[in-house]
Amino acid sequence: MKTDSRLEKVLAAGELAVTSECGPPRGCRPEKVKEKAALLKDHVDGINVTDNQTAMVRMSSFAAGVLIKEIGLDPILQMVSRDRNRLAMQSDIIGAYSFGINTMLCLSGDHAKFGDHPMAQGVFDIDSVQMIKMVRQMRDQGLFQGGAKIDEPPKMFIGAAANPFADPFELRVMRLAKKVKAGVDFIQTQCIFNLDKYEEWMKRVVDRGLDEQVYILAGITPMKSVGMARYMKNKVPGMDIPDDVIKRLEGVPKEQQPEEGIKMAVEAIERLKEVKGVHGFHIMAIEWEEKVPQIVEQAGLYPRPKV
Amino acid sequence: MEHFEPEIVAFCCHYCAYTAADMAGSKRIPYPTNVKIIRVPCSGKVDAIHLMKALEKGADGVYVAGCLDGDCHFKNGNLRAEARVNRVKRLLTELGWEPERVAMYNMSAGMGETFARVAKEFTETIRKLGPSPGRNGTVDRAAS
Amino acid sequence: MITAEQKPIQEIIGYIAPYSNILLVGCNECVTVCAAGGRKEVGLLASALHLNHLKQGKNIDIKEITLERQCDPEYVEELAPYIDGVDAVVSMACGCGVQSIAARFKKTPVFPAVNTRFMGASLSQGVWSERCKGCGDCVLGLTGGICPVARCSKHLFNGPCGGTSNGQCEVSPDIECAWQLIWDRLKELGLESRYEDLMEAKDWRPGGAGGPGTIIREDLAK
Repeated sequence: MKTDSRLEKVLAAGELAVTSECGPPRGCRPEKVKEKAALLKDHVDGINVTDNQTAMVRMSSFAAGVLIKEIGLDPILQMVSRDRNRLAMQSDIIGAYSFGINTMLCLSGDHAKFGDHPMAQGVFDIDSVQMIKMVRQMRDQGLFQGGAKIDEPPKMFIGAAANPFADPFELRVMRLAKKVKAGVDFIQTQCIFNLDKYEEWMKRVVDRGLDEQVYILAGITPMKSVGMARYMKNKVPGMDIPDDVIKRLEGVPKEQQPEEGIKMAVEAIERLKEVKGVHGFHIMAIEWEEKVPQIVEQAGLYPRPKV
Repeated sequence: MEHFEPEIVAFCCHYCAYTAADMAGSKRIPYPTNVKIIRVPCSGKVDAIHLMKALEKGADGVYVAGCLDGDCHFKNGNLRAEARVNRVKRLLTELGWEPERVAMYNMSAGMGETFARVAKEFTETIRKLGPSPGRNGTVDRAAS
Repeated sequence: MITAEQKPIQEIIGYIAPYSNILLVGCNECVTVCAAGGRKEVGLLASALHLNHLKQGKNIDIKEITLERQCDPEYVEELAPYIDGVDAVVSMACGCGVQSIAARFKKTPVFPAVNTRFMGASLSQGVWSERCKGCGDCVLGLTGGICPVARCSKHLFNGPCGGTSNGQCEVSPDIECAWQLIWDRLKELGLESRYEDLMEAKDWRPGGAGGPGTIIREDLAK
């Protein structure tokens, strides 16, 4: 065991892990974080706290993570390279660890042009791969990126993202290999709707033996409506939503679409449980967090293992 | 000004517009004497600075007359001229001058009637706009 | 070359409003290539300013000069005979030129007529594209001749990110994904294996993070 992370313990025990997500508020109210996170209690092994997602200013992942820790849950600190240089990153990492936050995700970050401050300078002092290497060095060698010794190194369980659906497809396994080489412990994928393509990606991942070097959590998002599905298909980059997903939702009256979406999410989980190299699931139900427990239960992933 | 006679400069390409002007002449089709023709080998020879200087030196309106689209003797000189005319129009707008004071026209060598019509129409357009803003000034414009 | 674009004409008019006698200086190098501040553009700007002043009923005298370049003191010196006769200088060169003139002629206000944009290359007539960020530690030999600093919107060294789509950057369909380009080039060169080499965190000091740069050639400096 490299860390005290609950997520690591579940994965190391050979169990399917479950994580989910909480977006912090665009304001200062702590109760908004705690209420949202509390919906996930006992149903997940870790809660991602997004970091200025889509480049919109929100309460920091660090602060919201501390609030989640206060209610006894397990936050996963997300850190994008867009907003911080390596000093601020390391500073936040050791700060977060001092609060007991022991799991983090290293990401590049959506470009500022998508958010509410397109005029801001994007930092990108280091990229996500270099960030993984940096955190690994902090943890295992007790050294800052610049080389100096850390007084009590942060034992972070290190994660990153993977998108099997972005272009170019041939690079998506190689990019994962790079992150593994850099020292990543676990991966959460982009939400999966094209199960065939995902299984193709997993096959290549397994062929390279990467599934034995990194834990992979398959991303799952329940569709709330056919409108949401169409929006994601057409407007969100890096998404692959096959036509039969749209058709299936179209074939159901509007009031029943949410339940159908949840059904499809559960079916995807059941299918992916059988895929070699899938070590768990990352359920992203943005602004629909209350449905996560239902999905976890219907997918037979409740109760969470005792570790 | 009660009676205003616009001063118009027309850059006409040798192969089409100037020949059309000639045709108007030989067919005895009248056009306003306000229009002073400057013959150029191709409308593409006319650059933005020529249009600007014409206005600076007292022209109330300037136009470039070139070949019809696809017929330019030098391939695409007429397209370049049009792009430059448009650029000057934008610049004039930013300066608070009327963009209608510059224009681009296309015609073929045989279109004597068109040449005369364009000359008449443009002169009337400028007459309605009034004297160029440059005529307001008390500066000695000839000293440029 | 260093590319630039002319400032909005009203901004320039605002700068020279207090003055009736100006020196308008062009540059024969980069800004000529990108048609922003060469001899032609000097003529056009002077004419535009005259048209403006005619309309306002104001007087302005503009002396037009185009130097070989404005970033060398030998050429800037050529302005010396004219400086006392003018109230202000408007430079159509990049920021380097404007500052060189300001440094030499300290008593005369100098104004920029263009906004310096980027170091780039011509793609075709009238089209220039950013190519270099002056990062001070060129990695083009490792990336198949395509710069991840200048051409990747996030200057990733181990890209692409998850936002590419059809070879386009998430920022705009007009921006090609640099890492798609790099990958395609590595394939053409038979160097696919290089893709998985980790590129280490960059030292940004040679590129300006360590303060404004200076280069001194001992063998050339007096």
